[in-house]
Amino acid sequence: MRLPFTLYIEKRTDEVPGWLPAATSVGSVIAALIVSGVVLALIGANPFIVYQFFYKATFGSWAAFSDTIVKATPLIMVGLACAVAFKMKLWNIGAEGQFYLGAFFASLVVLVPIVPPDSPKWLVLTAMVVMGMIGGAIWGFIPGYLKAKFDVNEIISTLMLNYVAILWNNFWIFDRWSDAGFQMTPTFDKTAWLPRLSDYARQYKAFSGITLHLGVIFGLVAAIVVWWVLSRSRWGYEIRLIGDNPNAARYAGLNIARNIVLVMMFSGALAGLAGMAEVSGVVHRLQERISPGYGFTGIIVAWLAKLNPFAVILVSILFGALIVAGREVQPSGISQMIQGFVLFAVISSDVLLRYNVRLIRTAPVEEAA
Amino acid sequence: MPEAPYAVQMENIVIRFPGVLANDRVNFTLKQGEIHALLGENGAGKSTLMSALSGLYKPTSGVIRVGGKPVSFNSPKDAIAAGIGMVHQHFMLVPTQTVTENILLGLDTPRFWMNLPEYDRKVVALQDQYGLRVDPTAQIWQLAVGEQQRVEILKTLYRGANVLIFDEPTAVLAPAEIAEFIQTMRSLVAQGKSIIFISHKLHEVEEVADRITVLRKGKVTAEGLPMAGLNRAKLAQLMVGRDVIFAVKKKAQESGNVILEVKNLQASNNKGAPALRGVNLTIRAGEILGIAGVAGNGQSELAECITGLRECESGSVQVDGQELANQPPITAIQSGVSHIPEDRNHVGSAPNLTITDNVIMKHYRAAPIGNGATIDSAQAAIYAQNLKKTYDILAPSVRTQARKLSGGNLQKVILSREITANPRLIVAVQPTRGLDVGAVEAIQEHLLDQRTQGAAILLISEELEELLTLSDRIAVLFDGRVMGVVEGATASVEEIGMMMMGTELTAQKSGNAVSL
Repeated sequence: MRLPFTLYIEKRTDEVPGWLPAATSVGSVIAALIVSGVVLALIGANPFIVYQFFYKATFGSWAAFSDTIVKATPLIMVGLACAVAFKMKLWNIGAEGQFYLGAFFASLVVLVPIVPPDSPKWLVLTAMVVMGMIGGAIWGFIPGYLKAKFDVNEIISTLMLNYVAILWNNFWIFDRWSDAGFQMTPTFDKTAWLPRLSDYARQYKAFSGITLHLGVIFGLVAAIVVWWVLSRSRWGYEIRLIGDNPNAARYAGLNIARNIVLVMMFSGALAGLAGMAEVSGVVHRLQERISPGYGFTGIIVAWLAKLNPFAVILVSILFGALIVAGREVQPSGISQMIQGFVLFAVISSDVLLRYNVRLIRTAPVEEAA
Repeated sequence: MPEAPYAVQMENIVIRFPGVLANDRVNFTLKQGEIHALLGENGAGKSTLMSALSGLYKPTSGVIRVGGKPVSFNSPKDAIAAGIGMVHQHFMLVPTQTVTENILLGLDTPRFWMNLPEYDRKVVALQDQYGLRVDPTAQIWQLAVGEQQRVEILKTLYRGANVLIFDEPTAVLAPAEIAEFIQTMRSLVAQGKSIIFISHKLHEVEEVADRITVLRKGKVTAEGLPMAGLNRAKLAQLMVGRDVIFAVKKKAQESGNVILEVKNLQASNNKGAPALRGVNLTIRAGEILGIAGVAGNGQSELAECITGLRECESGSVQVDGQELANQPPITAIQSGVSHIPEDRNHVGSAPNLTITDNVIMKHYRAAPIGNGATIDSAQAAIYAQNLKKTYDILAPSVRTQARKLSGGNLQKVILSREITANPRLIVAVQPTRGLDVGAVEAIQEHLLDQRTQGAAILLISEELEELLTLSDRIAVLFDGRVMGVVEGATASVEEIGMMMMGTELTAQKSGNAVSL
């Protein structure tokens, strides 16, 4: 049988147009929603109603949108953490652990306490930010140093350190700081809470019940900083050079070992900042399972964003929305299914970037003139 | 059958990539049982044309006939079925599998039960037929490069290829292996195979080809000319479009102070075996010291020790009196040592970064490109554009990724980066390997220009001719030792050849050497 058209797939030899990566990413999300819609229809639900409900629960009102952003906030910072490390082809799978250590160190400010309990709010929060980033950076330093010095595979070491970090936290909240036997510390004093919009409900009525907190600003600033570092700074050039060809980087006189340690610390600090923001902006205490796997979702976020810091923000909002939606519908697995399809579609869409796909009218072989 | 039947006819082949006309109405014919050399500069469209013949690309228009019948290949599989086999420059073999396993890879039989011994015997039978000896049970990683190439050839023969395409087959081979390879081509043709031979080495083409086709900028400039009646100068002129001076002019000049002093240098290779066993060398300003030797006698290690990329076990390397042995690469760079590395893809450049990012690799730290903690991207672009113009780097723009450049243009990118900083010492390792005559000439002239400007140059090359043309003095390395140093102007090939085989110069002079 001869079809009127033939699909040709050829290796791309020309430059990829600038708009194409963004277009394929958006297209893949739409494709994922369509495929998920078919699955929803097959199990007897009306996909339009489900999506409408999703929309209402995530973007339908200011309160809903605020919930979405609150979930997106840690993902932005963790996604940036992964993007920075991945840019140098350092496979930091340990953002989860760095997140926990960031949360732990930030909590020390209140629990030890590091600053006097009656300090002003700005001092407490600043101390928590600094401590959170230090905590994450320490947890990045360990695998970074091991890799730089002894060539220890960072995938394994960062992954294992996640469990160490979680159990480390558990020890302190079960054994030392437990609030009446529960696996959580007592709620922090309000001076250790990041400002939320609902704090200003008395002045602005519209803000009542809006839980959006200052952490999102941390995320946005972090995205700008990461963008600047990677695309404008000398250090970012070194990171890109090492990531693309470590042999060439060594030949050009770069100190690769030092950069491995520094990038792992930078990455860890960003994840640690996310942990601080979650403790200080959402849960207001140190407790078990403060992260439902943000550190791992961050890997996917960074990858879907193609390591672009601003795209990380958009992808994080999408994933934040899916987390919120997952709480609102039964079974909650539906939103995980959509996440899966999105990931699948975005990764497959790389074909369009690497190959020219053309539809050509089939013609009989002709003698050229 | 008509007289002189054609194995392959390609008529009016047009292959268009977005923005590029890679092949413009190309005609190419391959007679049954001939060796047909396909020549052209890097990027002239040879590989594209052969990709169309081996089913990787589909021509935009034009007809391909195999054995007189029009064919339309949708994949390499179709081309193999039509009896066309390609041996790529970079081998497509699985290192941890045996020769037989590699030959069977991707075939429909055997289906499930491998029964390797039976197939080993088949492979041996095939080897007997064509005189291509390789142990079928050896794993690929255990084989020398020349043997791996034989496996690639056996692979295509096993699939029933009648037409063999060799893409720069000799570029990766040592001189002795090249002679053997030329024998192999002759015996294949004697048994009725037809061969398309792509090479930059004109003397090989002269030796072995029956006919030649030359491409320049996607067009045919010579179609199927018989090799008899042509010479190298004519071939080069057809390729480049102008006369090529084979021997670039070297002006006599006095050399200055000692720049590089290597004393009793010892180092190991990657496998931990001794590679340098006490090397002593000096190079003066405005002098080119050539290093001759069969590959693997310590040349790479010598270059890496000087540039700080390899640990030295003992001895010293001094540039202008500054010790460089066992210092990080940055020390050598800051002492004015430039390095044109042997492996331009894996060491000399970052393939996915732009030309700009590649040329600033050693200059981004200082003004005007480095600006405090930032990089001034406008200055970097201006810098790159200047180099692109000065060194005649052919690329759409300075934002083009390095991996999209042809070998010659990539080498110009590396050269431009290494010599613009007015280096004190240039360590050039195989700077012209795999390049076409036009690019070779350009690179050699840049090196001589640096010599005039007073740089000391260490030139490591396997091309004796290049060494004799460019060097003021030639040192020969054998098994990690310097066998002797001769004046470039008066050196004889025999003398150097003896040293390359391990006879010291002093021994030759005292008459202990066996005469050649």
